[in-house]
Amino acid sequence: MEVADFCSSSRVMIVAGKGGVGKTTVTAALAVTAARAGLRVLVVEVEGKSGLPAMFGAPPLGYEELDLTASVRARFLTPDAALVDYLENHGMRRISRRLAASGALDVVATAVPGMKDILVLGKVKGLEAGRTADLVIVDAPAAGHAITFLTSARGLLDAVRVGPIRTQAQDVVDLLSDPTRCQVLLVTLPEETPVSEVVETAFAVEDRAGVALGPIVVNQCFAPLPAGVTADPDAIRADAAACGRFVPDREARDLADALAFRAERHRLQRAQVDRLAERLPLPRIELPFVFTPDVTRPQLDLLADALTAGIGAL
Amino acid sequence: MSIGALVAERRVIICCGSGGVGKTTTAAALALTAARRGRRACVVTIDPARRLADTLGLAGLTDQAAEIDPALWAIGGPDLVPGGSLSALMLDTKSTFDRLVTRNAPDPEQAARILDNRFYRNVSGALGGTQEYMAMEKLHELHDEGGFDLIVVDTPPTRHALDFLDAPERLLRLLDNRIFRLLMTPTRVSMRVASVAVQTFLHTVGRVVGSEVVDDVIEFLRAFDGMEEGFRTRAGAVGALLADPGTAFVLVTSPRRDAVEEATFFAERLAEDTRAIAALIVNRVHPDFGGADPSGLRATAAALETATEPDPAARRLGAAYENLADFRSVAILEREHLTGLRERTADVVYVPYLAHDVHDFATLREVGTLLTDATA
Repeated sequence: MEVADFCSSSRVMIVAGKGGVGKTTVTAALAVTAARAGLRVLVVEVEGKSGLPAMFGAPPLGYEELDLTASVRARFLTPDAALVDYLENHGMRRISRRLAASGALDVVATAVPGMKDILVLGKVKGLEAGRTADLVIVDAPAAGHAITFLTSARGLLDAVRVGPIRTQAQDVVDLLSDPTRCQVLLVTLPEETPVSEVVETAFAVEDRAGVALGPIVVNQCFAPLPAGVTADPDAIRADAAACGRFVPDREARDLADALAFRAERHRLQRAQVDRLAERLPLPRIELPFVFTPDVTRPQLDLLADALTAGIGAL
Repeated sequence: MSIGALVAERRVIICCGSGGVGKTTTAAALALTAARRGRRACVVTIDPARRLADTLGLAGLTDQAAEIDPALWAIGGPDLVPGGSLSALMLDTKSTFDRLVTRNAPDPEQAARILDNRFYRNVSGALGGTQEYMAMEKLHELHDEGGFDLIVVDTPPTRHALDFLDAPERLLRLLDNRIFRLLMTPTRVSMRVASVAVQTFLHTVGRVVGSEVVDDVIEFLRAFDGMEEGFRTRAGAVGALLADPGTAFVLVTSPRRDAVEEATFFAERLAEDTRAIAALIVNRVHPDFGGADPSGLRATAAALETATEPDPAARRLGAAYENLADFRSVAILEREHLTGLRERTADVVYVPYLAHDVHDFATLREVGTLLTDATA
């Protein structure tokens, strides 16, 4: 599939996954990928302290949109601010700020479970309708919150029978359940627990939220050793001798140990990717392990290359 | 303080850190280590992965501590001291909250009124901070009544890793909310003064969410009347337990930048409350292979690979240097990230990237050994 087709197959993409799987990194790389295909992208962060702007060398996000690159913008969406927006759009401008400032949101949100998620997703729907971006990428909350985040609108439809919040929830359900408007990309790692959890999440999200799942993004995959390379100090010394270099014993051992580690992790990861393939009949995109704990623009470009290749193979 | 000393001496260990860093596993490994060393230990988990939950006998949701059959975990070894026991429970926020209500209500009728209230049923499961507060409430209950030598608490994977510290106060703040107070004390003079504002507020909320919800809230608050004092006392006791010298905070992180940032933020917040981090556990640390400089290694790789006619031996050797350079860079950057955090705590334990998943007693014991040996 062409990247441009993939990125415009739905105007909203929600990137979800358990904490620590690199959801925000995938969000950023997806934004770069879509921008390269000529799309105007808006990234929406819903949790505090996002590492996303730093990856682009930008300051922390606020409620206002911020340019990360020429065609990637980002903003932060809090339930409080979304509530103020919502009230203002529903003829309650006078009371909206006071309601938010008095801490009453906590009371209201508590009285109506899922209210915060509806407000945030309702705002995302507004951004989609506003058409100021070709693609809106939402970096969803981590962990079990992702399932709640995606299912609360449906739950609310059962709980609240009338009123504007019901309308809002219905709008959100319509958005989430229409694969031409919205799809969810689940991110996971090629490790035992993350694989088990993404399988559970995938079924929960499809059954309970009725959302369309895009490909599963398997992050941090080790490449296999290049052909002919073995984790053997003797082979390394032989290769060195063949090209007229001297490699001290100790260095040969370090080189071999590092190769052995990579080969072993690659083997373990493949077993988990196979398990994922067996248990979840969805296409997968694999992203390479990035050898720096800091992701900045060069790493994002590398990941965007991999995403482009992965999308191309879909 | 070394992990060995912590599990031997403290009465409460609270594992904190952001999501995905192995907090639950660490908590379980610490409790197992204490049990193997002859203490009566209990681990309070929040959201364990399924296989770990099965191992700990948490298949069914019970929020009572259940002892795990020693035949499963007390397998011989030099570290095994008789007399220990291992229990586990998975936090069930709602039943803990229910018990708190029942205990504080002046009569069973009032308790029933609250427990049946629709708003309460939502609050008890969903209110921001409730899970955190109930984790601390459960800790207090176990500490007072459980007969354990050591309780290890896994903290919820919250958006803000600190929520549980603030949880008792947040609940009190909610009860103290001006509007709540006005609603709860309809006979006070202030009610008449403020009634216009309150009516406007209720009307607005009713317009947004429907008036049934508002009715539920009011009914709940009236039912709650007179119980705040009990809650306040309890929250105070929980706060005191967290500040007790027998309580240790163990910070769990991975060497990834965002996890370290969150952990640093956490350490700062604990320091504000004059609480020290007893130990820092860094999980999933990449191995370091030798001390070579990555840029030198990369230069060698480049020289080998860009030769005009690289033969297969040069290409293979180049790949080996490139690979070593990659792992050396990771090792160096991981340690760099941790520099600031390391200064804040006496003991740092590095747990290597493990080749297998930790979900049974054998692997938990292995983690426990890594944790205690590293600081021995």
